[in-house]
Amino acid sequence: MTALDVASGVLLLAGSLFAVTGGIGLLRFPDFYTRTHAAGLMDAAGAVLILLGLLLLAPDLGSGVRLLLIAAFLLVTGPTATHALAHAARNDGVRVWAEREDKKR
Amino acid sequence: MSTFDLAEAVLLGILIVTAVAITRARSLFVAAMLGGLFSLVTASLFVLLDAVDVALTEAAVGAGISTVLFITALALTNSREATTPRRRVIPAGLVAVLATAGLVYASFDLPGVGDPDSPVQTHPITDTYLRESQEDLHVPNTVTGVLASYRGYDTLGEVVVIFTAGIGVLLLMLGPRRPADEVKDRAYLQTEYRVLRVVSKTLMPFILLFALYVLLHGEYSPGGGFQAGVIFGAGFILYTLMFGLAAVQRVLPMRTLVVLVAVGVLIYAGVGVATMALGGGFLDYNEFNPGNPSGGQVAGILLIEVGVGVTVAAVMVAMFYSLVRRGVRR
Amino acid sequence: MLSAALVAILVAMVLALARAVVGRHLYDRILAINVFGTKTVLFIAVVGFLTGRPDFLDVALVYALINFVSTVAVLRLSHYREAM
Repeated sequence: MTALDVASGVLLLAGSLFAVTGGIGLLRFPDFYTRTHAAGLMDAAGAVLILLGLLLLAPDLGSGVRLLLIAAFLLVTGPTATHALAHAARNDGVRVWAEREDKKR
Repeated sequence: MSTFDLAEAVLLGILIVTAVAITRARSLFVAAMLGGLFSLVTASLFVLLDAVDVALTEAAVGAGISTVLFITALALTNSREATTPRRRVIPAGLVAVLATAGLVYASFDLPGVGDPDSPVQTHPITDTYLRESQEDLHVPNTVTGVLASYRGYDTLGEVVVIFTAGIGVLLLMLGPRRPADEVKDRAYLQTEYRVLRVVSKTLMPFILLFALYVLLHGEYSPGGGFQAGVIFGAGFILYTLMFGLAAVQRVLPMRTLVVLVAVGVLIYAGVGVATMALGGGFLDYNEFNPGNPSGGQVAGILLIEVGVGVTVAAVMVAMFYSLVRRGVRR
Repeated sequence: MLSAALVAILVAMVLALARAVVGRHLYDRILAINVFGTKTVLFIAVVGFLTGRPDFLDVALVYALINFVSTVAVLRLSHYREAM
């Protein structure tokens, strides 16, 4: 196991952890805006980590460049999409979760 | 069970859940988006089955353009599905069950995946395509070789189908413009979604460049004319969504699109006529370079891929324009 | 390690799907489908490396693009209904 394999394994593991945590957050958070946190942040972070982990395993320059392009694209468009979604939801009046509502149940 | 088997099982399960969710969704917007998700999962299954060109096309067309066109059409009409009357539920369910049973029964006749006795493995033409496509065509991507050269005539038919569909939609949607449809070129959406606009404007050249790359690289890696045309169309649809019809028509007016829809087919058929004029058969690319037939093949394949890409891109963008012109408003 | 990443991505996909199916608002579902799309991109990339065919990366790039355009389209056409 070369150092490259170990480093790649660590990155892949971290990325997977982020991805799964983001998914759990998507299900468990109480309202839409907190879910955008889970989705937007963890999604982009997990994606970049996994892609960097794959980059260390890339067999040639072409694949490496493509991986970097995908990572850059996801990094730019992921948070943009969630920002636009949250903005639109706020304009449409989607309710923000307040702690009192939860205690009333 | 290997990881691949697990992945396939999970993806198939997701397909079933999504299909049920689509039928239960009352808002057609949700149904259209879940349909896009369905296409994504199907494309992932194609990748697991090692069919990368098909996966590329399915992703671009099924998950991307189809979803966008459905949603645009829904934005023009009522987007909630009416409830099915009670008395129709039982016969409908019966039809669904019978159709499924018929399909499952038919699937027993299909050979297993990777079965060595299946016709695909035993018929000599498979060997011919795989071996001789490298010798005759020098095109590393066999799928493109078969699609564009050995089966070039069928692909011409496919392009004409897309062309006909495009004309059909344009005939339906492009009536005389009513005064209410006048698109005023006003500076709108000033502060609404600045971030999206900046990001889209920055991404546009890369998207178009990527479409060109997919087109030109179709001979060496998964890609080709269809996928390139769809990506090109997606780029222009993004621009239209962000900046409005008036702005995008300064770059690509409707008149040009209508002409381009035909130009692609003309290029394709023109290549065939050119090879006949040079003395060969219809679409016999060897005639382009008699001394070096594989050079002629590469040239011919490239030309027809360009024709396919032009028609597909023009049809996608024209259909989107024609839907949006009707006035998408709340 | 690649297989573990693949399993993790599958788990995340299932979780996102759950939110897409259940989701109380339209926006929840759009968000969930966007997440699902990103996970699919990662899935393709990891499968490509597991099978030793990095050509798949072109497919992953197309998915990423299509995902973004779809999300923008749904947003623009369901919320920002100004005339285009």
